[in-house]
Amino acid sequence: MSDGPVKARVTVYPRREILDPQGKAIQGALAGIGFSEVEEVRAGKSFEITLGGDRAAAQARLAEMCEKLLANTVVEDYRVEMLDDDAVEEVRA
Amino acid sequence: MRCGVVVFPGANCDHDVYHVLKHVFGQDVVFLWHGDEDLAGAELVVLPGGFSYGDYLRAGALAAQSPVMRAVRRHAAEGGLVLGICNGFQILLEAGLLPGAMRRNRSLRFECRDVHLRVERVDLPFTAGYRTGQVVTLPIAHAEGNYEAAPEVLDEIEANRQVAFRYCGPRGELPEPAEESPWNVNGSARAIAGIVNREGNVLGMMPHPERAAEAVLGGTDGLGLFAGLVERVALRVTG
Repeated sequence: MSDGPVKARVTVYPRREILDPQGKAIQGALAGIGFSEVEEVRAGKSFEITLGGDRAAAQARLAEMCEKLLANTVVEDYRVEMLDDDAVEEVRA
Repeated sequence: MRCGVVVFPGANCDHDVYHVLKHVFGQDVVFLWHGDEDLAGAELVVLPGGFSYGDYLRAGALAAQSPVMRAVRRHAAEGGLVLGICNGFQILLEAGLLPGAMRRNRSLRFECRDVHLRVERVDLPFTAGYRTGQVVTLPIAHAEGNYEAAPEVLDEIEANRQVAFRYCGPRGELPEPAEESPWNVNGSARAIAGIVNREGNVLGMMPHPERAAEAVLGGTDGLGLFAGLVERVALRVTG
């Protein structure tokens, strides 16, 4: 794997066992405009991060970023997805 | 007593706290900048309310990483007094100086009103100016004050008597379940409004004692908190 910018998407969302008042409110609003089949909404945040170094090192550093700052693990979970260039294009389209 | 009030970009209660400590209690007060690496000899450090860093990411998350917090962490570890009010409480949680986290209020609204609080213990420097079980009225003004922690952490907090203030009714009522009590306006676990660390030298609270410390402001129930602090520290220095 050549060095160069590595791209990733980090998704942070409320832990499953914790009530998500924002998600609940959005679910209610969706039901109000005809999407009553919606059973659950969990509202989170997403970050697109570009960083130097190789992919394996980047993955480890991204996990560290999540633990230290991007997520508050008392109430939130996170997911890190490594993106190839095509996927990034798709995200930005 | 030398008091340091930390100024974060976006803080908006820094001058209120400064005013109360300096002009109401006659203490030696300095402002500390968020980029400072030392506390200028402050015995009491106050993290004031406001919207540090615009509440970006999570309320208090970015302020918790600022240089001054390294100094605050050392101060706390050495037994120094730290008081976090509102956003300051959120910063203490994000910094890991107190257990738990804040979520959006149950109502999803910014709640700005007077609330009743029961003082749970008075053997702390922060609460020495109150009586056990006393009900005080202080204003709140926040959107993220819904205190949350894992059940085992909550049990530990209770077992260690770390709860300093709880949202209650005008006569100290604490209906169960606490999270649904009409007096618990943000839905906090166990109706928690303020907690201390195990050692009792770091207090975080959502209500604003500095906004109720002069009759002209409509309330004086916040006076007890500062009076207790000033008196305790004076005793420690002279005795």
